[in-house]
Amino acid sequence: MDHMHVHGGAFSFWPQLVLAMPFVLLIAGYGLCLYISARNGRAWPVWRTLFWVTGCLFALVAVAGPLAVEAHHNFYVHMMTHLFLGMIGPLLMVLASPVTLLLRALPLTEARRVSGILKWRIVHVLTDPFVASFMNMGALWVLYTTPLYNGMHESNVLHVLIHAHVFIAGFVFTASMITKDPMPNRPSFLYRSVALVLALASHGILSKYLYANPPAGVPATQAEAGGMLMFYGGDLVDAIIVFLLLREWYHAARPRSYETLYPVTE
Amino acid sequence: MKGRYQSRNLWSGVLFGLGAIAFFDEVVFHQLLRWHHFYDLATTDIGLISDGLFHAFSWFATIGGLFMFADLRRRKALHWTRWWGGFLTGAGAFQLYDGLIQHKVMRIHQIRYVENVIYYDIAWNVSAVLILLAGVYLLRKSRKQNESRAGEV
Repeated sequence: MDHMHVHGGAFSFWPQLVLAMPFVLLIAGYGLCLYISARNGRAWPVWRTLFWVTGCLFALVAVAGPLAVEAHHNFYVHMMTHLFLGMIGPLLMVLASPVTLLLRALPLTEARRVSGILKWRIVHVLTDPFVASFMNMGALWVLYTTPLYNGMHESNVLHVLIHAHVFIAGFVFTASMITKDPMPNRPSFLYRSVALVLALASHGILSKYLYANPPAGVPATQAEAGGMLMFYGGDLVDAIIVFLLLREWYHAARPRSYETLYPVTE
Repeated sequence: MKGRYQSRNLWSGVLFGLGAIAFFDEVVFHQLLRWHHFYDLATTDIGLISDGLFHAFSWFATIGGLFMFADLRRRKALHWTRWWGGFLTGAGAFQLYDGLIQHKVMRIHQIRYVENVIYYDIAWNVSAVLILLAGVYLLRKSRKQNESRAGEV
C-alpha cells in the first residue's frame, strides 16, 4: 500500500465482476456468431477469432484479478492495466471485425436494422476521428490532472464508470482510425492521419506531464515509471495503428490500370 | 515519367529523413548513451508541447515516408537523387530545430548534462547545417537532372 490516501475500504469484488462480465459475454457472443455464420457455410479467418479472444483477455486481466487489485495501489501497474484495457485490448478487438461477423450471423431484417443504426447521425459524430480522439484523450487528461483519480479509488461506481469509458473510448478511437467493419462516410486518410498525430502527441505530452506532476497520492518514483510506461507503451501501439492506417492508403492508392503503371507520356 | 512524381519523391525523403533522425535521437541519445533526459525540470510548457507534437509527427512520418517510398518503387518512379536530397533536408532541418529551438530556447533537455555543453551544442548544430546543405545541394542537382531529362523527350 504505497498510496498516501485513505481507502474507502478494500477494492471489493463486485466492481471486478461488473467489469469482467461484458468481456466474458463478448467472447461468448463472438463464438455464437461464428457458429451461426459457419453453419451458413461462410468462412472466417482464424486469426480474427484469435485477436478477439486475446483482446478480451487483455481487457479481462486489466479489470479483474490480481493485476486489477494491484493497480489499485500502484500507479505503474495501474498504467499497465490502462494500456491493456484502453489500447492493446481495443486494437486486437477492432482487428477482429466484430460488426462484420455480427451482420453475417444475423437474419436479414435484423442485419438491416444494425446497418441502419450505423448510419445514425450520432454514430457518425461519435466515430469522427477528432471526436473519438477527444473522448479518449480528453478523459485521460481529466482523470489524471483532477481529483477524479483519487475519487476513482474511493468510489466503486466511479471505478466502474471510468474503466468502462477507458475501454469504450479506446475501442471507438481505434475503430475510427483503422476498422475494416462497415462504416458509412468514412473520412479521408489525411483527416484520419491529422487526428491520429494530434492524439498521439497529446498522449505523449500527458505521459511526460505525469512524469513530473504525479496525481495526488502517487509517489514520485511510481509516477516516473508510470509516465515512461505510458509514453513508450503508447508509442508501440500507436505505431501499429499508424502502420495499419497507412497500409490501407497504400492499397487504396495502388496504380489501377496499365496506363497508370506504364504511362506513355513523358 | 519520374517528372510526375517529383514532389512525392521529395516528400517521401523529407518525411522519412525527419522520422529517421528523430528515431536515431531516441535510440542513441536517450536509450544507448543516456545523455538526453526523458524530462528536464527546466522544460517550458511550450517545449513539452513542441516535443510531443514532433515526437508524434516523426513517428507517423517514419512509417508514412516508407510507404510513399514503396509506392514510388511500384510505380517505377523513384528518383534517388531527389529522394536523398529530401531525406537529408528533412533530417538536417529537424536536427537544427531540435538543437537550436527545442534544446536551447524551449529547454526540453540538454544534449548532455556536463559543464561545457556548448561544445556539444556547436557540434550538434554544425552537423545539422552540413546535413541540411547537402540535402539542398542534392535537391538542386535533382531538379537539373529532371530538366535535362525533360529536354531529351
